[in-house]
Amino acid sequence: MEEKQKKQRIGVYICHCGGNISDYVDVEQLRDIVGQEENVAVSKNVMFACADSNQKEMIKDIQEKHLDGIVVASCSPKLHLHTFRGVAERAGLNPYNYVQVNVREQCSWAHSDHPDQASYKAAGLIRAGIRRVSSSEALTNIEVKATKSVVVIGAGLAGMRASIDLARMGNQVVLVEKEPVAGGQMAGKGPVFPTNQKGQELVNTLLGEIRKLPKITLFTSATVDKVTGSIGNFKVDIKVNGTPGEVMSFPAGAILVTTGYESYIPKEGEYGFTEGGRVITMKEFEKMVDSSNSSLSYKGKPVKTIAYIYCVGMRQTKGENKYCSRSCCTAAIHSSIMVHEKFKGIKAFHLYRDIRTYGKNEILYEKSSRLGDTFLMYQEKEPPSVVQGKNIVNVKIKDSLTKKRELELDADLVVLVTGMVPRNDSQDIANKLKIPIGNDKFFNEIHPKLRPVETVINWVFLGGSCQGPKNITESVQSAMAASAKINAIIRKDTLELEPIVARIDAEACTWCGKCQEVCEYDAIFQIETNGKVVASVNDPVCKGCGICAPICPADAIDIAQYTNAEIEGMIDGFSQQVDLNIEKGKSGQEGDAGGMKDFPQIWKSIMENLSEEPKTIPQIAAGIQQPSELVTWHLMTMNKYYIVESAGIDDNDEYFLYKLKNQAK
Amino acid sequence: METKKSPRILVFSTDKISDPGIDQAGLRKIHYSPTVYTISLPCSSGIKPRWVMRAFEQGFDGVFIAADGHECSYSSRCPEFTNKIIEECQKQMTEKGISPKRIRMAAICSVCAEPFASHMANFTKILAELS
Repeated sequence: MEEKQKKQRIGVYICHCGGNISDYVDVEQLRDIVGQEENVAVSKNVMFACADSNQKEMIKDIQEKHLDGIVVASCSPKLHLHTFRGVAERAGLNPYNYVQVNVREQCSWAHSDHPDQASYKAAGLIRAGIRRVSSSEALTNIEVKATKSVVVIGAGLAGMRASIDLARMGNQVVLVEKEPVAGGQMAGKGPVFPTNQKGQELVNTLLGEIRKLPKITLFTSATVDKVTGSIGNFKVDIKVNGTPGEVMSFPAGAILVTTGYESYIPKEGEYGFTEGGRVITMKEFEKMVDSSNSSLSYKGKPVKTIAYIYCVGMRQTKGENKYCSRSCCTAAIHSSIMVHEKFKGIKAFHLYRDIRTYGKNEILYEKSSRLGDTFLMYQEKEPPSVVQGKNIVNVKIKDSLTKKRELELDADLVVLVTGMVPRNDSQDIANKLKIPIGNDKFFNEIHPKLRPVETVINWVFLGGSCQGPKNITESVQSAMAASAKINAIIRKDTLELEPIVARIDAEACTWCGKCQEVCEYDAIFQIETNGKVVASVNDPVCKGCGICAPICPADAIDIAQYTNAEIEGMIDGFSQQVDLNIEKGKSGQEGDAGGMKDFPQIWKSIMENLSEEPKTIPQIAAGIQQPSELVTWHLMTMNKYYIVESAGIDDNDEYFLYKLKNQAK
Repeated sequence: METKKSPRILVFSTDKISDPGIDQAGLRKIHYSPTVYTISLPCSSGIKPRWVMRAFEQGFDGVFIAADGHECSYSSRCPEFTNKIIEECQKQMTEKGISPKRIRMAAICSVCAEPFASHMANFTKILAELS
C-alpha cells in the first residue's frame, strides 16, 4: 500500500487525572521526553484532560499551532473517546486524527504496585499513540439516505400495534404475515388477562385501525423471501402464497421483526401427554373453556376436577429451555378463575414449582386462592407422575410444602401449563436478516437494558416475544418502543455512520473470493475496475470487524483506524528504548498508614473533605476544587467499594448526602 | 539494560468485551506485569499474523490474544477464525525458530479482571521458563 504522509505537528496531552495517574507515573518526565520527538509540536501535562478549561486550551493549540494530530494520554477510551473526538472536530481537526492512550486503567492503576515500571510502560504506550496518530487518516463519516418506509415482519399484536404507530408518524408500512389471517397467537383466542377482553377482540380493534390507515399494506399468507440492499435502503422481497412464484419487492429504511413465539408442545409421554388422552396443553384448554357454555366436559365426560401442572418444558436445568416463560403462571391462574366464574363446582389443583404472577397479576393469584384452588409445590428433580386411567387421570406429587409427603389425586383433566418457545423458522429469519440468536434461540438485542429493541444489524429492530417470553402488555410496549426508535432514525433525511470499515487495495487484490466467503454481512462484492476483477466493500453494511483482513492472501484489506501502519507503528512504539530517571520507591510506593497506599489522591481528598460531616457532591467538588463530574465519578466508585455511603438527602431535597462508611451521621 | 527483565507480552484485546475486562483489572487494582502492553481491535479474528511477527521482531517474548470466544457480537465463527490465525502464526514462528508456545489465546469477558491477571501471571511464568 502507498506510503501515507505522516503527521508532522502532533499535540500530546498527558493527564495527571488529579493524581490517579501522576501518583504512579512520572508524567512530567514523560512530557519532556515526548516533547523531544521530531514530529511532536506540543507536549503538555494537564491536571484533568477532560476538564472544560483544558478542552478549550486544546482547541486553541490545534488552531494556533496548526496541529495535524493529537494524542491524549489519560483514561480508558471507553470514557472520553467521544469527548476528545468532539474537541478535535470543534477545532477543525478531523476527529479520526486523534488517538486516546489508556495510561490509567491499563497503566497507573494496574501497576500501582510498581510505579517505577509504570512510567516505563506509560512511555511505551504514549509513543505507540504518537506513532498511531502519525499514520492516522482523516476519515469522513459514512452518509446514508433514509427511506421513509418500514417492513414489519409478523402481524401479531406487536406487529400490528407497531405498524399503526409507524404509519401515524408518516411512514409507509408493509406488514407481512405468514398465516392466512392476522393476529398471531391472539387470533381466535378467548379472554386474556388482565382485562378479560377476548384475544380476537384485541385483534379486531387493531385491524380496524389498520384498515383506516392507507399507509399500511398488509399481506397475509406471505413470507419474506430475501433481504438485500444496505441500511437505510433495504430491499425486501416478499413472497405471497396463492399466487405461485409471485415475489414483490419493497424498499425499507428499517425492518421490524415481530415474529413472535410458538407454544411448547410436550413430548409424547411427557406428564402422560398422548394423542387423544386426558392430558392436554394450556392452549387447548383455553380454547375448550372459551367454546363451552353451560357445562365443562371433555370427551363426553363432565370435568369436575382439574390438575394444572406448571413449568412444563420450561426452566429445565438440564434441558434446552432454561428460561422462565413469564406469562404462563398468570395465564393458568387466570384460566382457572374463568372456569370458576363460568361453571359451578369445579375443583382445581395447581402443581407448581414457583408461582410468578408478578406485578398486578398477584391479585389473580390471591383471587384463585380465595376461590378455593389448592396449590401444591413440586421440585424439578421429583416431577409429578401422571397415569391415565379409563376416564380419569391419576396424579401423584411429592408436595414440598408438607415435607414432601406424597399426595395423590384423580383428575378428570390434566392441563399442562406450557410456555413460549422460539419459532421453528427463527433460524431462517435470522439468516435472512443476519440477526444474532441467543443461547435460548430467541433473537438477541444489543443490550437488554440500554438498547433493548435494536440488533447489531443497523436498522433492524425487534419487538414482542420473538426476543424472549413476554406477556401481551410487555410485547406491545416493546413494539411501540421499537416503532418510536425507528421513526426517530428514519425521519431524518440522512444519517452518519462511523467510517471504521474494511478497505480494499485494488492494486493488490487479485479476487480470490475468500473475503466474501467469510463476511457474514454480505458487505463484500465483486467489481471490475480498469479491466480487473477485484473485491469492493459496501461501506454502510460493513461492520468493521476485520475478519476479512487476515484471510486475504495478498494482504489487500485494511480496516480504517487499524491499518498495518497504525498497528505496527504501535508495536514499534512500545518497543522504543526509553531512558527515564526514576528513583526506586518514588511517590505512591512507600504508602501511608492504614492500607491507604493504593488509593488515588482524589479519594484521599474526598475522604478528608468528608471527615467532618456528610456532604453533597457539589459541596465536595467546591471543597476540594475539582469538577463535580469527576467527583461524581470517583464518589460512585468509592461507594461501590464501601468507602463512602449515602446519608439521605439534603435539606433542599436536591442532592444526596454522602458520608464515610462507619461514620455516625 | 542488562538486568533480567520480566518477559514482554503483547496483548491483542477487543474493543467491546476483553479490553473493558482488562480495564476492570486496573480499576480494581488487580496487578499484573508492567511489561504487558495491549492493543485493542474490534475483533480477535482481525489480527494479522504479520503484526504478531512484528511483535517478535521488536523483542516481545510472547503474544496473548484476549478473545471474545462465543460472546463475539460479529460472528459465531469467531473462535474458529481466531484459531486459524494462531495456527498460521505458529507456522511462521516455527519457521523463524520461535517456540509456538509463545502465542496463547483465552476468552476474556468484560468483567474478567482476575482471570486476565492470572493468565498474565501464568504466561509470564511460561515465557520465563522458555528463555
